[in-house]
Amino acid sequence: MVVAVAQDSRADAARPWIEQARPTYWSLVDSEHRVSSLYGMVNVPRAVWIDEAGRIVRPPETAGSTDHFRRMDARTLTMSAEDQAARDKGKAVYVEAVRDWVTTGRHALAADAARARLPQVTPDIALAHAHFRLGVWLKRHDRVEEGARHMTEAVRLHPDSWSMWRQAADVGESGLAAGPAFWERVHALGDKPYHPPPDIPGFPGEVKR
Amino acid sequence: MTTILMETGEVAVDSADGLWLAAADIERATGWTLKPEGMCRDDVCVPLGNDAQRDGRVDVAAFWRRLGAPVLADARREVWVLGTAADERNARLAGLTAPDFTLPDLAGTPHTLSELRGKKVFLCTWASW
Repeated sequence: MVVAVAQDSRADAARPWIEQARPTYWSLVDSEHRVSSLYGMVNVPRAVWIDEAGRIVRPPETAGSTDHFRRMDARTLTMSAEDQAARDKGKAVYVEAVRDWVTTGRHALAADAARARLPQVTPDIALAHAHFRLGVWLKRHDRVEEGARHMTEAVRLHPDSWSMWRQAADVGESGLAAGPAFWERVHALGDKPYHPPPDIPGFPGEVKR
Repeated sequence: MTTILMETGEVAVDSADGLWLAAADIERATGWTLKPEGMCRDDVCVPLGNDAQRDGRVDVAAFWRRLGAPVLADARREVWVLGTAADERNARLAGLTAPDFTLPDLAGTPHTLSELRGKKVFLCTWASW
């Protein structure tokens, strides 16, 4: 069973995407980013694999995306044919691994290995989620300025969270928080990944810039 | 009325002077029960200081801070977030039982993760932004 959860605080922002996908699986809207808070996720798309007993057998990991977008031509927003192919391969390899797990159980991690990959929540991160929650609530109740202040504080306390940063940022006409400030933040990552590659055989490794 | 934002949802309570709540409201909002030994949940009891109890009400903000968990209020002190402590979050994840949640679909119908016990679940986040 697929459970897709939109981390989307703006009213109805997720609707057109879901309507177009016509999902037969659960497609839920999580305006407070509750799933990110519960599972310690810092970006999208992220996936958790849960077995029949309700146990995590793969902690949060990048759900098939790669960092090839960081090598895009800034002017034309296009990537090379090789990068495009590698990116498509990543998605295909990941989806195939999920299918493989469902039918054979392969790729599930033993408890110790799963535990070793869990994200660590710090007191600052816990406080950041509280500020984020209050910020979303205030914005939804038309107290935009006060809400924005709490979201800014959340971002300050949890700088690794792209979900908080992009949700708090202004979106362009495309609905994407991908303006100059976003790219500046991506460049500032340096050698750190935006989407850490999932540890799946055959998945493209870290993208060098 | 005062609004409390918890991990599990939103609860409206009658509150006085900050977040001083009656025992019944605390239990409804947080799952913690007032007993002679303090605030209790499951088999854990946390003693309350004398200054955290008055006229049958408890200073829930003070109690929550004592748990080491985040407490926030808006400028009007009408909306409070009682967050989850980092230690509790880490301990729960380390147990490897997938943290449960209930969220709506586009039609507003709620769905709860634990209803899917017995099936493998591929839980995946995405966003429009």
